[in-house]
Amino acid sequence: MSDSTANGLVLAADGTPLKRSLSRSMRRQKMRAFMLVAPLLIFVLLTFIYPIGVMLSRSVQNDIVPETLPETVRVLGAWDSSSGDLPNEVVYAAFMRDMSVAIKAKKHTRLGSRLNYEKTGFSSMFRQSGRKMKKLDPVVDAPFKDKLIKIHKGWGDIETWKTLQTYSGLYTSGYFLNSVDARMTPEGMAWQPEDKQILLKLFGRTLVMSLIITGSCILLGYPIAWLLSNVSPRSANLLLILVLLPFWTSLLVRTSAWKVMLQQNGVINEVLVWIGLVPDGERLILINNQFGTIVAMTHILLPFMILPMYSVMQTIPPVYLRAAKSMGATNWTAFWRVYFPQSIPGIGAGSILVFILSIGYYITPEIVGGTKGVFISNRIAYHISSSLNWGLAAALGTILLIVVLALYWAYDRIVGIDNVKLG
Amino acid sequence: MANTKKSDAFVEFERVQKSYDGINLVVKDLNLSMPRGEFLTMLGPSGSGKTTCLMMLAGFETATHGDIRLGGTSINNIPPHKRGIGMVFQNYALFPHMTVAENLAFPLEVRKIGKSEREEKVMRALGMVQMQDFAGRRPSQLSGGQQQRIALSRALVFEPELVLMDEPLGALDKQLRETLQFEITNLAHELGITTVYVTHDQTEALTMSDRVAVFENGRIQQLAAPDKLYEEPENSFVAQFIGENNTLEGVIKEIKGGVALVQLDNGDLIDAKPINVTQAGQRTRVSIRPERVEMDKSRLSSDAHTLKAEVLEFIYMGDIFRTRLRVAGSDAFVIKTRNAPDQIRLQPGQIIDIGWLAEDCRALDA
Ligand SMILES: Nc1ncnc2c1ncn2[C@@H]1O[C@H](COP(=O)(O)OP(=O)(O)OP(=O)(O)O)[C@@H](O)[C@H]1O
Ligand SMILES: [Mg+2]
Repeated sequence: MSDSTANGLVLAADGTPLKRSLSRSMRRQKMRAFMLVAPLLIFVLLTFIYPIGVMLSRSVQNDIVPETLPETVRVLGAWDSSSGDLPNEVVYAAFMRDMSVAIKAKKHTRLGSRLNYEKTGFSSMFRQSGRKMKKLDPVVDAPFKDKLIKIHKGWGDIETWKTLQTYSGLYTSGYFLNSVDARMTPEGMAWQPEDKQILLKLFGRTLVMSLIITGSCILLGYPIAWLLSNVSPRSANLLLILVLLPFWTSLLVRTSAWKVMLQQNGVINEVLVWIGLVPDGERLILINNQFGTIVAMTHILLPFMILPMYSVMQTIPPVYLRAAKSMGATNWTAFWRVYFPQSIPGIGAGSILVFILSIGYYITPEIVGGTKGVFISNRIAYHISSSLNWGLAAALGTILLIVVLALYWAYDRIVGIDNVKLG
Repeated sequence: MANTKKSDAFVEFERVQKSYDGINLVVKDLNLSMPRGEFLTMLGPSGSGKTTCLMMLAGFETATHGDIRLGGTSINNIPPHKRGIGMVFQNYALFPHMTVAENLAFPLEVRKIGKSEREEKVMRALGMVQMQDFAGRRPSQLSGGQQQRIALSRALVFEPELVLMDEPLGALDKQLRETLQFEITNLAHELGITTVYVTHDQTEALTMSDRVAVFENGRIQQLAAPDKLYEEPENSFVAQFIGENNTLEGVIKEIKGGVALVQLDNGDLIDAKPINVTQAGQRTRVSIRPERVEMDKSRLSSDAHTLKAEVLEFIYMGDIFRTRLRVAGSDAFVIKTRNAPDQIRLQPGQIIDIGWLAEDCRALDA
């Protein structure tokens, strides 16, 4: 008997606990399932998860400083930066030794650009000093303090050494502070100067504009999805093709088309002027601002809203509306109290999709956003490809990821993630 | 006819026609009048237009032609939500995002009935179907039968005078159907509600209804009480559709004294009651119920015509015996006899004489 019990355990026919014999018989099945997933898993791990992990770890990595200047970092630790005196000759000598190694390996300029993120001037200081320090010998030419100060007066500035000391650790929170318009100073955290504070604003703008885009997608998509699920299957197919039509053209083409439409002597302005709604001298500025970004992105992301909505609405039988009306509900009440609540999972799924896509969108804001309509992702791209400040880019990316996860969590708490249906 | 005055009718269809596509009439010239409190069933094969009629009454389809009246006033132009008709749908149509109690409260809420009165009515309606304990559940947490009970009480909670049900028991198993059939008729009679019930299960129609309207192809073929429908079908469709029935084809020889002499296609002569045949020479289909066929000559009148029959199959069914015979060239002639102590059990191959009372055999249209 398989339900015979000993000490409250259910036993299988051969006397082993049922749980164990069940898990043994399931093991093969699980193995097979795992084998099927394994190739994809390995692919994703190697090409996606691992690089992302590396990228994210860059947001706190600072090993370039201790690795390039190992001795300097060690002796600088003993220096009391609040004393008001420059470090002593020991530090300068150590710095000279570190630098001559670095200069030979041509690594000093990289260090210069790294430290330039924290204090402007470092990059050129390292480059110029490098050329002259190459001629000094780290043993014969001691002492170095005065020589170095002569080579570049920056070495006689106490702030230089303070900065070096602050950024001597293997890890730093500096990039994250930078990401939120703050920075790490020898005296602790401080806000960036007013004119450099743009990232928080950019984060805020990205969130607000993504919300607006999601909202306009809901407003424009809901009626379409409703229509799709309520016409005959043949017309629905045709409509669906129209909805999906944008996917058949490249994103770049569609965005450029918006440029043609929206610019000051573009189609829309020409028409408005022609029918006399707008005087020729006061053509509307529809592009290179937030309006342009919102319009173009709403258009591009609309299918991602309509499809989940449609797939949910399709499953709502029209008989519910009839039932509601037979009970005395007006068309509106029947819709609002009976149909709409059942379509919320579709709205939820579409909104999450559109919001997450738009929060990280890059190409459209880049083309139609001008300076006022760009997103945080454009800033990330800038730091990756132009300023080469990968640490900051990684920190910004990490924050973006955390924001999305937090919103996802909040959504789960408020609406419930099991309320999301994608099909 | 004289005692059904126009004012007595609560629900009336007058010359109603309906076409969805402008080519085919799905409902053809429907006339129907129901007194208050009646339980009427629309019975008919699939596609015969039952649901369409119900939907026109509920207001979800508009009649292409004709007049539908409720309590004497035409409702053609009244939207569904103002008709005050309760409905039970085949798949229950309980709102999945609301609890049972919220489902029942919905029709009261849209009528702006106060909270305390609402709760009282909801509990009373749940009490009618013995479902008070399930008020807090979601429809998905109920069994099919329980969902159907809730759907029923939701249709009744706002005390409509007319309730429409479209195959409400279609998705349930036989036993549950029977219980619920009983509950529905009891409730309808207790509350004095007028009910239009759609089904294509004839047993359901016969057991539940005051009157049954048999639909075929968009027309009411016969509208009568269950016993009349079974015993006195007015045409061969109804005779075939309701209950088991033996059909023989032939030509009328003569009609005399309320009895028609019919010559079957193999030449044999039988007696029948003329229903919708009027003169000699007409082709006819005679219909006789299996339980009205007589094997005992002594019970027939002396001059009654009999037929020779060969026993093909004898089936023991417990309470009755079902015997299949070859009669007048047809292999599908069935007789049913009660399992009584003195009843003969026929053997295949046996040749017997069968006959019937002329009034049990109906000569209908061919
Ligand atoms: N919305 C519609 N559009 C076009 N034709 C329809 C529509 N609804 C029903 N019909 C047609 O009308 C006819 C009658 O349909 P109806 O639904 O009234 O049949 P029914 O008697 O209820 O059948 P069932 O027992 O299968 O439910 C059918 O031929 C059907 O194809
Ligand atoms: Mg139907």
